[in-house]
Amino acid sequence: MNDSLDPRVNRLRLDKNDGSFKVEEGENWNVFEVFHQEKRGAHHEHVGCVHAPDANLALIFAKEQFGRRKKCVNLWVVRSADILAFDLEDEDMFANNPDKTYRDASGFKVMEKINKFKAHTK
Amino acid sequence: MYGGGYIFDEPNRKQQREEQLHDDPEKLAAFEARIARGEKIEPGDWMPAEYRRQLIRLIEQHAHSEIIGALPEGTWITRAPGFKRKLALIAKVQDEVGHGQLLYNAAETLGKSREAMINDLLSGKSKYSNVFNYPAKTWADVTVIGFLIDAAAIVNQVANSKGSYGPYCRALERICYEESFHLKQGYDAFIELATGTPAQKEMLQDALNRWWQPIMHFFGPPDKASSHSEKLMEWKVKMASNDDMRNQFLDVYVPKIWELGLTLPDPLLRKNPDTGKWEYSDPDWDLFFEVIKGNGPCNKERLDVRKWAEEHGRWIRKALMRPEEMERSALPVA
Repeated sequence: MNDSLDPRVNRLRLDKNDGSFKVEEGENWNVFEVFHQEKRGAHHEHVGCVHAPDANLALIFAKEQFGRRKKCVNLWVVRSADILAFDLEDEDMFANNPDKTYRDASGFKVMEKINKFKAHTK
Repeated sequence: MYGGGYIFDEPNRKQQREEQLHDDPEKLAAFEARIARGEKIEPGDWMPAEYRRQLIRLIEQHAHSEIIGALPEGTWITRAPGFKRKLALIAKVQDEVGHGQLLYNAAETLGKSREAMINDLLSGKSKYSNVFNYPAKTWADVTVIGFLIDAAAIVNQVANSKGSYGPYCRALERICYEESFHLKQGYDAFIELATGTPAQKEMLQDALNRWWQPIMHFFGPPDKASSHSEKLMEWKVKMASNDDMRNQFLDVYVPKIWELGLTLPDPLLRKNPDTGKWEYSDPDWDLFFEVIKGNGPCNKERLDVRKWAEEHGRWIRKALMRPEEMERSALPVA
């Protein structure tokens, strides 16, 4: 009898088991992205991912992994492979966004015009 | 919980160094400029081969440490003193296993599959933190782990969460949040023994004496002995030197131990008032490397238990397998 403090080692005589073991590629299933909703009406936000054989089990694993603390009212899961994204290299396509002031309230200086008008009509 | 502000490397890594030499110098310069500006690197981005290799190694070993680290504590769930301690310990052990999953996912974004990482753990090729190769003999050991090992891990993880690789930083932010509960529940249990009966105090002092050397080993060999960390610091893979992290840990936690009337088994341990740095006797670094090699008191049984779990979990993994779901292999995008 060995004197391990881990009862499994003693009970199952794991110390006698010297065979090697290899996990097969794909044995840990697919990757699902997880989205967490903190309260009703809020957006679901991406929080990480889980490995699961299908979406239903992915939801259960997601609850264990991302919903065991703090507020959570709902979770989404989606297969990572099903997410379509731009290449990060293409981020320059958004480069002139800050220049498009005509799409923004701040791009319209109405007070300047009113003040000018008032000064003129006084 | 996590062990090790150090990254283990095998001595002969010439091949990878060659690869590193072949990195496109223009891309390398752009990459280093991004890091210098404080930008995060994401999975799809170009990165030097050596950066990828070092990160896989770091994150994978971190993941293994979480999983293996749950074993010495897990065996105390059935023996925890009282219902509240038992609930807290179950929650903590579940967190640690969850941290392992988060970290395996982060490492997978760099191109190594979870299966390959688990196989490298089982074969002994891939390491985990040395502290988990020591036995948790009494309940006081569990409180020392929960308080001091977790505290050391937090010093390390908070530093790493400011690193350059996006998925690792995001995983660490969540981990650090949960670790704060681990530390607090460990401290609470630690104080209870320290302020308890003479027998409780004696048990705690004994655990502290046995764990002090592994704790001093925790942050890895002294800076003067560790090579190749300059580039890793520049790339923000390694965020602080081993000695700096050790000093930061001692600065916060030694006073907390001493104020409870406990002692530490190092007569030279003191804070030098002139330099503001802690001085201590060198722990036995030969022993440290001996344990890394696999010759610590619990290395074999830790891997035996992991192997047994993988072997006996296979039937259910297979039973749940949906072949139609497996058609396209997928890696996480973020």
